[in-house]
Amino acid sequence: MSAVFIFLAGLLLASSLAAVMFRRLVYTALSLAVAFASLAALYLHLGAEFAGFAQVMVYVGAVAILIVFALLLTRNAGSDPEHPGHGGSWITGAAIAVLVFGCLAFNIVTSSACARPMPNPPSITTRQIGESLMTRYVLPLEVLGLLLTAAALGAATLALEDKRKS
Amino acid sequence: MLGSGIIKGLLETARNFFGSFRQPERLVTIEYPEQQRTVPENNRSFPFLVFDRNDPVKGLRCVSCKICEKECPPQCIYIETEKDSRGKPIKHPKVFDIDISVCMSCQICVEVCPFDSIKMDQTYELSQFSRYDALILHKIDLAKSNEYYHQIKPTEAGLVDEQLAAEREAQIAKAKAAAAIKVAPATASPTPKPPSPAPPAKTEVPA
Amino acid sequence: MILLYSSPEALLIQLKSWTVSLAPAAWQPVLSSAISALVILLLFAGIFALTTLVERKGLGRIQNRPGPNRVGPCGLFQPIADGVKSLIKEDIVPAAADRAVHFLAPLVVLAPAALALALIPLGPGLAAVDMDAGLLCFFAVGTASELGAFMAGWASHNKYTILGAMRAIAQMISFELPLVLSTLTVVMLSGTLSLSSIAQQQGSYWFGLPAWNVFTPWGLAGFIIFLIAATAESNRSPFDLPEGESELIGGFMTEYSGFKYAVFFMGEYFGMFAISGLTITLFLGGWNAPFSFLVWIPSFIWFLIKLGLMLAWFIWVRGTLPRVRVDQLMNFCWKMLLPLSLLNILAAIFWHFTASWQFPGAWGLRWAIGFGMIALPFIGISQSGARQKKWGPRIYRYAD
Repeated sequence: MSAVFIFLAGLLLASSLAAVMFRRLVYTALSLAVAFASLAALYLHLGAEFAGFAQVMVYVGAVAILIVFALLLTRNAGSDPEHPGHGGSWITGAAIAVLVFGCLAFNIVTSSACARPMPNPPSITTRQIGESLMTRYVLPLEVLGLLLTAAALGAATLALEDKRKS
Repeated sequence: MLGSGIIKGLLETARNFFGSFRQPERLVTIEYPEQQRTVPENNRSFPFLVFDRNDPVKGLRCVSCKICEKECPPQCIYIETEKDSRGKPIKHPKVFDIDISVCMSCQICVEVCPFDSIKMDQTYELSQFSRYDALILHKIDLAKSNEYYHQIKPTEAGLVDEQLAAEREAQIAKAKAAAAIKVAPATASPTPKPPSPAPPAKTEVPA
Repeated sequence: MILLYSSPEALLIQLKSWTVSLAPAAWQPVLSSAISALVILLLFAGIFALTTLVERKGLGRIQNRPGPNRVGPCGLFQPIADGVKSLIKEDIVPAAADRAVHFLAPLVVLAPAALALALIPLGPGLAAVDMDAGLLCFFAVGTASELGAFMAGWASHNKYTILGAMRAIAQMISFELPLVLSTLTVVMLSGTLSLSSIAQQQGSYWFGLPAWNVFTPWGLAGFIIFLIAATAESNRSPFDLPEGESELIGGFMTEYSGFKYAVFFMGEYFGMFAISGLTITLFLGGWNAPFSFLVWIPSFIWFLIKLGLMLAWFIWVRGTLPRVRVDQLMNFCWKMLLPLSLLNILAAIFWHFTASWQFPGAWGLRWAIGFGMIALPFIGISQSGARQKKWGPRIYRYAD
């Protein structure tokens, strides 16, 4: 574990916690964006350039912006919520989170994959990723493309209906 | 086709761009401190006092009649009359101040002045570093020669000069007439009961 | 260390590695990055200062004015005066503003733009960061500036800034599609995402003429689409709706003054330089000379000349076109640029698969067909748009 990794992991943890804990919606959205960005930085630190930049493009550039845009369209996003506190539900939530984390961590630590010595990480270029996406994994890619096209068409249909009514 | 208008517009702006280098008359900007716009003759800013005979102290046309001081709507004129050694007022201002921070350039002082001694100036570079004293113009700042008046407002100054000359001549004539009347009784007095003292006076009046 | 002169670019690289070798070994990577960053920042800050002056003078000439000419000879020191002025101006933060986000927003706009500049290769080997997925990285860092616009707009707590931020985000997201799709053709045909290899591939000459991407049908169409989308992406006129002085005061920058405003300004110009550099790298042959007999001029000089021409183009367009309306902007993006950029991909595929045609006149035929594949739909779309246009009283849905 290098210092860079510890720093990035700490940033990721802190910003994720901030995304949950902040009362103001805008702060949670911004800390979510920071969390996405630090995750991307972790990928980059591991040498996965393509995954890292794709993470930034999709999550920071699209998902976070979408949330932020929704916040701009809603009223009173900047003010504090009327009902402070989460009641008792946060205890349940925290318990479930700890439980899930414990299960996952236990399984990972005791799994046989961890016992094996770590092989040298293969250096994968963007070109190789592209080639495997276009040859071996072309069907999943096409299916995903179809799904996105359907979503885009659906959005267009919704927008058109709104226009016809008015 | 879509886009042809954009190309037309781009060509037009390019023509402007290169044209402004090749034809300096395209540039409409007057680069102010170096170049100055010639103001029209009727432009007016603040009043000044006219003097004659190249003498800014004695030559002032102002007789300190204080009509302008009374008529000034914002009351920005302050006049003190000069007094001679015996304390008798003479027809000359001792103090003549105009507060141009108050003056509203209404030209009423010019309209009411019976001696054509106060006129409107055309200077506009009047900025000062102080709000108070620097904006009060004193007699010495206000006094400007009749030649300057001719320079800034040739037509109006010409008319004023003609009128003043006519008045002066009329005055001289009147004085002569008065002198003649005075002289006539004097010459007639030795002869008691002159038959008709009026006819000689009458004949002199038209002259 | 001996400097072996082989080319001006190599000399620069050797100079840098020699400077780095003076430092202790542990500090060398840090020093190397710092030198690159310093060079990039100084170079582009200088270009920024020059561009603001040239832009104001050029716009003046377009409008038959002399432009700024008071500070120094021909107004040359105007940028310095502007910098000093923005430094000594009072930094006003609105009372209702969110101070932390308000402070961070200009940095979030400037930093990605500077990062994007680091990716642009100025010559062979002269890129601060030369990575395998350079193009992807360029677009990835570009998205952060949208977040900066939102932060500025929201933190100022002002309706105009929020409107400006909404416009900025909507416009940037919409125009990112044609922007990325038009670069996709270059990526497909050159088979790499690395910016320096894309520029390298355009370095060959054909009877002394350059083999730039812009001289192919898909490259020409992609170049035009990219240029339009880049103008919108860098918020330049005629797509400067996010600022829209006449209706939004200053858009999301309304509540910024002094040096924070200058940082925003700088971020916007850096974004413009970065996207101009990307246009040059993708379509205009990168650092390569336009004719084979001019290759003796160093590559980075060529890059800077092309950058200057691109900036002149942006200034020229700004001086010519009035600002478009929001609905016109969105219609133009979704109904015109997006279909055309999708068709452009088809044209690029056609060009790729007909590369084996050998009969005489094959090149001209490929060019004609490929060009027609984009030009005909363009004419069709513009005609149908003109036919559908019905002028009438505008209906205001929300204003009543």
